[in-house]
Amino acid sequence: MHSSSTISHLGRLHSGTAWVILAILAFLALVVVPVLYWFVPPDSPFHMPGWMVTLAGRFLALAMVALALDLIWGYTGILSLGHGVFFAMGGYVMGAHLTRVSYEDRLPNFLQWLDYSDWPWYWAGFDSFLFTLLMIALVPGVLAFVFGVLAFRSRVRGVYFAIITQALTFGGMHLFFRTETGFGGDTGLTNFTYLLGLDLGTPQARLVLFWVSALALILAYLLCRWIVTSKLGRVLTAVRDAENRVRFTGYDPLRYKLFVWVVSAVLCGVAGALYVPQTGVINPSEMVPSASIEMAIWVALGGRGTLVGAILGAGVVNVVKTWATSAHPDLWLFILGGIFIFVTLLMPRGVIGLFSRRKEGKA
Amino acid sequence: MNGVSQGLERFRETMRRDRVFDLVNNPAENPALDVSHGMALYLEGITKSFDGFRALDDLTLYIGDGELRCIIGPNGAGKTTLMDVITGKTRPDAGTAWFGNRINLLRLKEHEIAGKGIGRKFQKPTVFENHSVHENLELALHADRGLLTSLTWKLNGEQRDQLDETLELIGLKERRDAPAGSLSHGQKQWLEIGSLLMQKPRLLLVDEPVAGMSGQETEATAELLTSLAGRHSVVVVEHDMDFVRSIARQVTVLHQGSVLAEGRMDEVQADPRVREVYLGEEN
Repeated sequence: MHSSSTISHLGRLHSGTAWVILAILAFLALVVVPVLYWFVPPDSPFHMPGWMVTLAGRFLALAMVALALDLIWGYTGILSLGHGVFFAMGGYVMGAHLTRVSYEDRLPNFLQWLDYSDWPWYWAGFDSFLFTLLMIALVPGVLAFVFGVLAFRSRVRGVYFAIITQALTFGGMHLFFRTETGFGGDTGLTNFTYLLGLDLGTPQARLVLFWVSALALILAYLLCRWIVTSKLGRVLTAVRDAENRVRFTGYDPLRYKLFVWVVSAVLCGVAGALYVPQTGVINPSEMVPSASIEMAIWVALGGRGTLVGAILGAGVVNVVKTWATSAHPDLWLFILGGIFIFVTLLMPRGVIGLFSRRKEGKA
Repeated sequence: MNGVSQGLERFRETMRRDRVFDLVNNPAENPALDVSHGMALYLEGITKSFDGFRALDDLTLYIGDGELRCIIGPNGAGKTTLMDVITGKTRPDAGTAWFGNRINLLRLKEHEIAGKGIGRKFQKPTVFENHSVHENLELALHADRGLLTSLTWKLNGEQRDQLDETLELIGLKERRDAPAGSLSHGQKQWLEIGSLLMQKPRLLLVDEPVAGMSGQETEATAELLTSLAGRHSVVVVEHDMDFVRSIARQVTVLHQGSVLAEGRMDEVQADPRVREVYLGEEN
């Protein structure tokens, strides 16, 4: 009875055509890319080089960040300019695990310099993969919960909320810059070699990480879609549009905001954990305030309140960024700023807004 | 001395006429509405100041169960602040506010008060503009407001019928799937009233319901509000004297934050003090 209603609910997430498009995209990511990389010989023009697989895997992780941000900003109207901190928390947890399994009995230099002869207490448990999985959700989740209770209970809103989230990520950055914090200071955590017995330098590892990232993004998308198409999602957009009316209708906005805020932070943490093994490093620069602002630009460019737009925006900006930072490194920030101004002034509904006159998230 | 006055205070609290039975029947943590004394709302000695300005000054007001009451008064008389106090938006500096015999409104938050059965319609129509008419009513529908329920929510047959009935009542059946933002001003007023009814409130607070409505719409609203009385208690704040005359049985006149006069419309109109501060300007 209950499972059948779950299935019927899944059916309502999308129209038939949208399910077909989603299935095609999933097939491309989960089947076609692995085939092009693994089975097509390197001299064939259809071969997908390894660096491209890893780059695509990283973009998928970043797309998940955009998804998380759209949930809180596009649908609930809460602009966070501090999601970098949740991304970094997930990244550091994964980094800690990678460090422990890569170093085994040795201690990394930054811990030796702090006069530790064994792993300090806050590094305990990270040798276990299960514990790491738990922490990937728990560390950003608890941080978001505490921050959220404090901010939402005092009814901090709008630009004030955005500013304190900037402060949050800025504070996090400074905390991790300190060598004494014990997570590698400004160099962060790097020199990873193994994950679950897999040598990270091998093609197998590349493919597995890409594949898991794609699967995670699909599941995250379905989860977000479930939330926004349910009555809970309609309460969230109601909070965005008329919070007082929501209160006098008998809903407690605090609970709803807190829920979606924590879900968003956890998704972001998972994204960070997927990103780090594909980048090979996690350091405090992920928490510079401008990194979080960039995340908001992805969502704004793609189109708020659409989920698909967020993924698209993250993809477009990161492809441009990858090209620009190698071709014209000095110009990248100007390009980014230009994109932001252009979108704000001329495309308030983002790229998606160009395609659909009025549909989807009704932003 | 202090002990004596404290004891006296406690004695008074215990012996309040509406709470005597609590001695034998202690109210639960989450009391249900109890109108066994025939009263829906007790406001006593409510005072609220904003920066030295007394918006409400020792106001005492009782609303009977099922009563239709109109509240009138010149601008700044404290009508909106009164609504804010009842719905938990504003906390008074002094006084008590009870919903039925058991629910202390001053201890509850806005959404809890709404959950206990007090619905409010704002002066400016506030509907969820990006939601369809149907979704607006569904959000207001009387049901569990918890997170998990919302995530797995599905309308059942009975609720669907209730929704259709309300759509019919407010005359928006054809606009069911239209975004509420696209409705006319009058239609929005009606949608808000419809949403209010979906909440199944015991007490309705209605702030200027006919502002911006045509003559015909005003008539229909008057008819609706009168038909609601009996099953619900209805408190209407209104400027439009003709409208008040057409629906009022009991009228309360507010002036400078407290009750100036109370009674039938003709009695109130005859009161020289009322004529001086308010009706005099109109007639």
